[in-house]
Amino acid sequence: MIVRFKWSVLKQSSWYEHVVRFGLGGLTGVFAGAVAQRYGPTTGGLFLAFPAIFCASATLIEEHERKRKEAKGLQGARRGQQAAALDAAGAGWGSIALGVFGLCVWRLAPTSPVKSLCAAAIGWLVVALLAWELRRRLRRVS
Amino acid sequence: MEYVIRFLMGGAVVSAFALLGDILRPKSFAGLFGAAPSVALATLSIALLQQGGQYAALEGRSMVIGSTALAAYSFLVCQMLIRFRTTALRTTALAAIAWFAVAFGLKYALLDW
Repeated sequence: MIVRFKWSVLKQSSWYEHVVRFGLGGLTGVFAGAVAQRYGPTTGGLFLAFPAIFCASATLIEEHERKRKEAKGLQGARRGQQAAALDAAGAGWGSIALGVFGLCVWRLAPTSPVKSLCAAAIGWLVVALLAWELRRRLRRVS
Repeated sequence: MEYVIRFLMGGAVVSAFALLGDILRPKSFAGLFGAAPSVALATLSIALLQQGGQYAALEGRSMVIGSTALAAYSFLVCQMLIRFRTTALRTTALAAIAWFAVAFGLKYALLDW
């Protein structure tokens, strides 16, 4: 299975969807910072892995898939839920990579702050790709 | 002013990752970007600049716990959508309770106790 870009998807989304995601992302950043200042970095750090825009993204995926199927005269509700479920499964595997990101910052930031962020970003990408490949192979075997 | 920067940085990075998740196929691969370190990149950059490495390291440690909660949350959302056929909005909102329970439960068990 080859990873590819599907640019036509951009035509399906409207401007308010991007505004909602920008707003939710911004608010989560502010919230995480405020919690860290009020209750300390140990509590604030938890919110760096909060599924902030997951609610909006999953709803959009469900809606787009439903409309696409209904335009073809098919029952779209179930297909929309399945598409959102597939996205959630991907996020589950991606959370392993997110944990590696946090691990890199935790272990490296005290000695080399800037390098820790670079290592964390590279670590996230590598582990995310490996997790996806592992998932693909496991599904092929089962 | 700091909160404005946080808002703009958080919004921009989250939007960029969300856009990648939109245009990438297959969907299972795009889902990886649902767990991208978007808020973390913005927040930790500011933390490193303002409070230093030790502070950011503490946030990173908690982030590992938060990502475990995210794994539980994603699994729950996936199962609820498939088995109970609830809408995505209701499912993701309900599952957020599980995120809080796992995140703060693990924090209490591993860090505070």
